[in-house]
Amino acid sequence: MTTRIVELRRGILKKNDELAAGLRASYAAAGVLVLNLVSSPGAGKTAFLEWTLTELRKRGVRVAALVGDLETDNDARRLAASGAPVRQINTHGICHLDAEMIGKHLANWEGVTLGGLDYLFIENVGNLVCPSSYDLGEAIRVVLLSVTEGEDKPLKYPTMFNSADAAVVTKMDLAVPCGFDRWAALKNINEIRPGIRIFETSVKSGVGLEEWLAYLEEQRKGRGHY
Amino acid sequence: MHELSIVTSIVESVTESLAAYPGAQVKEVRLRVGALASVVRESLEFCYEIAAEGTALAGSRLVVNVLPVVMHCVPCGQDVELEGVQSFRCPRCGEPCFDLRQGRELEIDSIEIEDGKEAA
Repeated sequence: MTTRIVELRRGILKKNDELAAGLRASYAAAGVLVLNLVSSPGAGKTAFLEWTLTELRKRGVRVAALVGDLETDNDARRLAASGAPVRQINTHGICHLDAEMIGKHLANWEGVTLGGLDYLFIENVGNLVCPSSYDLGEAIRVVLLSVTEGEDKPLKYPTMFNSADAAVVTKMDLAVPCGFDRWAALKNINEIRPGIRIFETSVKSGVGLEEWLAYLEEQRKGRGHY
Repeated sequence: MHELSIVTSIVESVTESLAAYPGAQVKEVRLRVGALASVVRESLEFCYEIAAEGTALAGSRLVVNVLPVVMHCVPCGQDVELEGVQSFRCPRCGEPCFDLRQGRELEIDSIEIEDGKEAA
């Protein structure tokens, strides 16, 4: 009986990583800035994106969104009200989007080509754990945190917060009634991802949203998409 | 809870590499998992048994080697190992660290097989 050790040294998510690398190259070639929005369920991703799509369209910016959801197409219908092209991805129980799902939905999206877009937003499934492992080829990963969730979310989900490029605090209009400890939240985000750009926003009061739009523009310019 | 999809990928990947070792039985699969890989060792082990059933990996052991987070500290001019994932500051000088060098790995390191004959 022979026993042997075989060295494999193989990435478990290699297939996803390769597909994501292909997507990243096609986004760059088309000159579209792709953002992946992640948060826990109910943090306000859809409301935030609804506002962003509507406002960018008003300014003549070409935007579209892919939206992941376990079962329903409620979010896609809400986002479509902005007038932007929106496509639903139902994962049927899978807790995250992966590069293959993105590739498939981009490949046969009637009337939408990457080259015809300035920004593509991907609203991930509401989950602060699993989506962190799956690269979608995005240029920017945005993590959202609402004031109703508790200031220690970054400490509880360090992987997601550490892998994000920008953080958006949502529902700031509820900060006072919720007793939101702003300094603790900002400190915790910075402890997990030092130096990350943070936007404190509310789509109800409008606070912080101009800074967010300015950031989007700056990121596109910074990447030579203009 | 994406551990089941992860172990399914492990089983597929190992099964593929077994093509070079016809008739081999897998005894052990060793993983390298970074502390920031967001997978839970116990869940991996639990799901592994189910995913391995009916394959050449059935009955094999999954060994999960967890790697600590290593960051590069600019003021110290060296790579430093973090004690946990609650603070991304250098444990030596206390300054924030921006550059991750280790901690997101999710890899099959090696497998131990029995009775396999290497293909010509």
